This record gives sequence, structure tokens and C-alpha cells, in this order.
Amino acid sequence: MSTTSTTVLLLAVFGASTVEMVEALTIVVAAGITRGWRSALEGAAAAVVGLAAIVAAVGVPLVRYVPIDALRVVVGGLLLVLGLSWLRKAILRASGLKPLHDEDAIFTTITEDLGQGVPTATGQSRRDGVAFAVAFKGVFLEGTEVVLIVVSLGASQHRLGLAAGAAAAAAVLVALVGVLVARQLSTVPENTIKLGVGVMLSSFGLFWVGEGAGVHWPGGDLAIFEFIGIFALVTFGSVAWLRRVGPWSDLLTPSINSQEMSG
Amino acid sequence: MNRIGRAAHSFAAFWWDFLIGDTPELFLAVVVVVGMALLLRNYQTAAIIVLPVLAIVSLLASVRRGRRMH
Repeated sequence: MSTTSTTVLLLAVFGASTVEMVEALTIVVAAGITRGWRSALEGAAAAVVGLAAIVAAVGVPLVRYVPIDALRVVVGGLLLVLGLSWLRKAILRASGLKPLHDEDAIFTTITEDLGQGVPTATGQSRRDGVAFAVAFKGVFLEGTEVVLIVVSLGASQHRLGLAAGAAAAAAVLVALVGVLVARQLSTVPENTIKLGVGVMLSSFGLFWVGEGAGVHWPGGDLAIFEFIGIFALVTFGSVAWLRRVGPWSDLLTPSINSQEMSG
Repeated sequence: MNRIGRAAHSFAAFWWDFLIGDTPELFLAVVVVVGMALLLRNYQTAAIIVLPVLAIVSLLASVRRGRRMH
């Protein structure tokens, strides 16, 4: 596996982990502010340990015991499903047809839900089961998708440690920035990152499905970059086109109006 | 439902949501892509053209469906 495709692997895992960890951070900060930081941070840490255990328990046997071609077909299929669905969502959001993921609104909702009837205050040291559970669930659920990407990309390229390291680096970076600005990261261009990661995951997925099945792409690993270019072109073209034509209902409106006027 | 049943339900729900969710057309498309890759493994030129085209067409069709829904 060449240095270039390893770089794309690192970027894909780092980007995916950043997106998911920003969402997890929103939940942890909301739990910390309303119920107390100690339990919220303990919940988040427990979830990270659980996720790392899953990577080790699932990823290592995959790398050692499953035939590489079969693994690449299955993993490629999973990455393609994930990548295409991320791209679809990002295209619809970027073109204004679907609302952007609003971390501020999510933060407000969680804070209000957790804050109702709570006798605790910020900075207290007593353990709070709700804060622990909410932070654990938030980090674990958001992190599960990252684990899938780490295991898939890492196992198919025999770079599990590197993929896990990139995900961990993104989690640490998001946590540090979150601590520094002391709030959820609503200003992170989440949809743009999701769009880029969707392009990379789809490209890797298509590449591995073909390689695993016995298709020899022209240029070898460089085909990944050709796929990245094609998916990026289609994605930006779709966004531009959808911004121009608008939602489906806009096309129907004139005929409905004319029917109403004539009726 | 006992604890094991709930865990199994959650596990199945996660995979259903991850693979199918509100875009079953993408799951079906990827099944077709994988099937075509296996079928065309001995026809390199056809595979090199058909597989990317299938993936792109699937994405565009799903975006079109998403546009209708919003």
C-alpha cells in the first residue's frame, strides 16, 4: 500500500472522527454543565475505553484470520454504503434542501432536558448517574460509526494501528479545542467535513470492492485519487444544480397556482 | 424483554439503521455494485467502466429521491 493511499486513509479516518466527536462533545458539555463535570467526563472516558476495546476485539481477528480479498469486498461494500449515504446527506444539506446539523439547538435541548429538577450544580464532585449515562451513550453511539470506519479501512489496508491512531488524534484534538473554548463546537464546518469524508469513503469503498473481487484498477492505488476526483466533481455539480433548481415542490408550484387561478 | 433481548434488539436496530435506514436504495445499489464486481472480474475493461458508473448513478438517483422528499 503506497504512501499516498495511506495519507488518504489518515485523512478519511481523521475527518470522520472529527465530525462524530464534535457531535459527542456537544452531549458531554451539555451533561457536564447541567449535571456536573466529573460524572460526564467519566462517562465519556468509559465510552472511549469501550470503543478502543471493540477495535481491538473485532479488528485484530479480522486482520489475522479473514482472507484479505473477502475482507476487502465486504469492507468495501460497507464503506460504499456509508460514504454514499454521507454524500447524499451532505449534498442535500449544502444545497439547502435539508437543514444543517444544528449543534446549538441540540445543546439547548439536552441542557433543558437534563436541567429539569436537578439539584446539582457545575463543578460539583458528587457522582451523577444520569450525567455518566448520557455522556457514555453520546460518545459511544457517535463513536461506533468511527469504529466501523477505523476497522474497515484499517483492516483492509493492514493499517489498523494507524487508523486507530488517527481517530484517537481527532478525538483528542476536538476535546482540547472544546476545553479551550469551553463549549460545543457549533462553528466547525461539519457539513463540509462530512462531504469530504463522504467522497473519500465512497472512493475507498469502490476501490476495495473492485480489488477484492479481482478487478485490477488502472494505475493501481492511484485509482483512489481518480475516484476522489470523480465523486468530488459529481458532488459539487449536484450541489450547484440543486441550488439553481431548488426543491421538487418549486417545480409544481406554478402549475398548482395556475390551476387555482383558472379554477 | 430481558437484558440480552434488548441488547440484541439494539444491535439489530443499529445495523438496520446503518445499512438501510432511510436510504434503502443505496443499500440495494451497493449490493448490485458488489454483485457486478464479482460477475465482471474476468472482464476488466467492462468492470472498470461499469462499477464507477453504477456508484455515481446510484448516488444521483438517491439525491433525486431526497429532493422529492424535501
